[in-house]
Amino acid sequence: MSDQHEADPAAAPAATATATGAGDGTPAPERPHGRLPLTGSAIIQAVTEGHTAVITILAVFVALVIGAILIVASDPVVLRAWDSFGYAPGTALSATWNSVAAAYSALFEGSIFNPSTVAAAFHGGSIAAIFFPLSLTAFEATPLILTGLSVAVCFRAGMFNIGAAGQWIGGALVATWLGYAVNLPIVLHAVVCIIGAFIGGAAIGWIVGEVKARTGAHEVILTIMLNYIMYNLLSFLLSSQNLMQAPGQTNQVAPNIASSATLPHVGGPPPQVGVGFLIAIAAAAATAWLLSRSTLGFQFRTVGASPSAARSAGISVERVWVLAFLIAGGLAGLSATTIVQGQTAPLTFNSYGTYGFDGITVALLGRARPWGVVMAGLLFGALDAGGTVMEAATGVPADVTNVIEALIVLFVAAPPLIRLLFRLRASGGTGPQAVAPKGWSG
Amino acid sequence: MKLELRGITKRFGGLVANDHIDLVIPPGEIRALLGENGAGKTTLMNVLYGLVQPDEGEILLDDEPVTINSPRDAIRARIGMVHQHFMLVPVFTVAENVTLGTERVRRLTTPGIKAGGLRIPPVGLPSAGLLDRRRARRDVLELSERFGLRVDPDARVEDLPVGVQQRVEIIKALLRDASVLVLDEPTAVLTPGETEDLFRIMRELQAGGRSIIFISHKLKEVQAIADNITVIRRGKVVGERPPSTSDGELASLMVGRSVQLRVSKEPAMPSGVVLDVKDLNVHGERGEHSVRGVSFQVRSGEILGVAGVQGNGQTELCEALMGLRPSAGSVRLDGADIGHASTRDRLRAGIGYIPEDRSEDGLVGDFSVADNLILDVYDRPPYASGIALNLAAIRDSAAARVEEYDVRTTSVQTPARTLSGGNQQKVVVAREMSRDVKLLLVSQPTRGLDVGSIEFVHKRLVTQRDAGAAVLLVSSELDEIYALADRIAVMYEGQIVAFRPPSISEQELGLLMAGGGAADPIVSGQRGGPETPAQEPEQS
Repeated sequence: MSDQHEADPAAAPAATATATGAGDGTPAPERPHGRLPLTGSAIIQAVTEGHTAVITILAVFVALVIGAILIVASDPVVLRAWDSFGYAPGTALSATWNSVAAAYSALFEGSIFNPSTVAAAFHGGSIAAIFFPLSLTAFEATPLILTGLSVAVCFRAGMFNIGAAGQWIGGALVATWLGYAVNLPIVLHAVVCIIGAFIGGAAIGWIVGEVKARTGAHEVILTIMLNYIMYNLLSFLLSSQNLMQAPGQTNQVAPNIASSATLPHVGGPPPQVGVGFLIAIAAAAATAWLLSRSTLGFQFRTVGASPSAARSAGISVERVWVLAFLIAGGLAGLSATTIVQGQTAPLTFNSYGTYGFDGITVALLGRARPWGVVMAGLLFGALDAGGTVMEAATGVPADVTNVIEALIVLFVAAPPLIRLLFRLRASGGTGPQAVAPKGWSG
Repeated sequence: MKLELRGITKRFGGLVANDHIDLVIPPGEIRALLGENGAGKTTLMNVLYGLVQPDEGEILLDDEPVTINSPRDAIRARIGMVHQHFMLVPVFTVAENVTLGTERVRRLTTPGIKAGGLRIPPVGLPSAGLLDRRRARRDVLELSERFGLRVDPDARVEDLPVGVQQRVEIIKALLRDASVLVLDEPTAVLTPGETEDLFRIMRELQAGGRSIIFISHKLKEVQAIADNITVIRRGKVVGERPPSTSDGELASLMVGRSVQLRVSKEPAMPSGVVLDVKDLNVHGERGEHSVRGVSFQVRSGEILGVAGVQGNGQTELCEALMGLRPSAGSVRLDGADIGHASTRDRLRAGIGYIPEDRSEDGLVGDFSVADNLILDVYDRPPYASGIALNLAAIRDSAAARVEEYDVRTTSVQTPARTLSGGNQQKVVVAREMSRDVKLLLVSQPTRGLDVGSIEFVHKRLVTQRDAGAAVLLVSSELDEIYALADRIAVMYEGQIVAFRPPSISEQELGLLMAGGGAADPIVSGQRGGPETPAQEPEQS
């Protein structure tokens, strides 16, 4: 009821953006008489429907071009060459090219494929080393895919999950505690921790869904506030010897989990895929099935697309809110446990990093589609993995890759901008709908 | 100003929306554009207003060719348009909305400075300024005075009824000095009273020398207001007729075949009571007491028509019966109390529901036709086994429904919002009639539909009745009530003020709907008037 009229201020520009995007500037949003579609769903719709693969690729391209400018700006050699552009323009241009090429080559070699490993393999080196960059990418992508799925599930049910960070901590706490405080045989221990992480995250997600369903409070506020509670809960638990702080420690560090609880790696030495990555892929497959092939997913999508039509069709909108946040929380919890169980370092106050918020960008880039999220997670994982190598090899700060990530999402979230830059026809120009804005034919 | 469209052609992909349309409108004429949904009326007007560029053809004003590439050009050429869906900012006042885009501004000027020998004259700041609210108010008042468009310039648009919002749109166009005014389906959202007000305003404007293009698919309105009627079918002008032309001729011209304006039906053969409502009370969105002690019964094999001006509690009544809105009182379906059941349980118990707001409540616009056809049966066999959807069954069933109900769509995977209104409603009708229903709860089933689709929906409702369903039809269209109802209940201010047979005269029904039905033969023994809810006559 309440969400029909809530005027989400952030939704207004997005609604305008979709309208202008679809119709080349014509003011024609589909508007049922009297009511304004100023719900968050306008944003969500813009994200889930608004762009095509072409736009994504172009967005990546533009982001890389802008990233190149940053690379140039961070290289004193190139800057000096530009100072003397007037009498040695060739030097400036070649220095620019060298700098950008070196940085992006390192980025590529660090994340996908390094040709020198092939050469090395011919001279008796390890064949497995060829796949080492890819394994790094998968490793970096794992938690991002899972938090991305978490955000995506809520998107599809018409909600913003800003709380993947808090849910992540919920999962991490349960998995860590089960990991060090319980003694179980080897495989069982790891499985119990994984399930515990899912439940831990789901519990935090459930709080959000339940409060929203009972009181109508907006999930964005609830999740942001719950994030703060979880940060501080984590800090508190890790600061007390009686609770979760590792014995004899003064830092905020939990005890190491038992080796029986760690996730093994598959595929032998260095280039290995962690079981965490397999969990992420399995979770994506499960989410994809849930959303498109199950009755529950049908309810999610109906509520996401039109809460009022869902109500009229006898779907309990409140129940969908609760269940969507429950599942979203569980997925964020799984993300946590790929770190807790997948790494040798114990849980610290900084462990949650930016996984929760990166999940939002990954979900946006993946258009809230599970396999899209996997692709987006891999792209971001590659940028993260390659960024470290790039910094080591060329001195270009790895932060540049973060800027590139942000720019990609920015461009993807604003398809009209990319269309403008590349003068694309709206939606590829197929059929009357592409040209005629909604609600104007006939 | 004389407006002429010459050979306007507009193609969308393979679809020819406008096919060499010629149209001449002399100054001071009210011209009706009559055509079914999807005939190309709105596209033509969008061409005129610069929202769509034509592939061929030209527009002439007073015999001078003009190029209109944007609404801005159109406004400059003194063409105004009132859209079907209003373009108003709900939280702004009338005056603010009206001046939006042409804000009159008092230039901010720096004060002149004189200090000793230094002298700086006042300078107007280039693009800064203060909104001249007083001027805006005065403009609105002046226009509303001149054309009898009663509007309070300080009212917030969201607080105004739809009919008044429309006036605001008209004032907006007039303020931009429009001499050709396009009204796109202006009556679709109006009550009969508001429609009459609109017609009065249109005549005032006409008297002031403006020409008006009135787009509609309602025959009666077109006959009542237009000086000339241009009929468009499938993107072509198929004829021009005077308003004296008969209903039948206009309808067949519009649809391309002869249509039954009123479905033929046998007298009802009602049997057992299916829906039994006693003393139902419902509160509305803002806590107002919308439905006040309503009692009635609907029997198997009859159509009970609930007549009434929109906004007299019909919406709340339907929502309460579907469990979408809390209510007090008793609701029994086939003897079982469903007064506290969830919407889902009510649907399961055998209620078919065709909601008033098709695009908002009846359909999910972004879902495919196939998904919309299972919106309330998605978890039942054959569409689901366990928690898994059976996509093949959904697709096959959708194909069969689309065929059976003649839904015009390119495929069952097409998003429902791309369908015309009539075809969207066919999807809803197909869904609700494809399962066993004891009671059909139907609200404004043909609002915004064209003649052909109305005929179709009406026939289906009668078929359901004859198959033994009880039908509760809520409609604010008198024609619809007369065409379908076996008994008429009149709703006024949240109460059913009378039950009448369909033989009741239009005058009497109109009077009852306006709250003036004092002499009620059924309740007169008790105490007439709208204060006393009418009692259902006992039927044998």
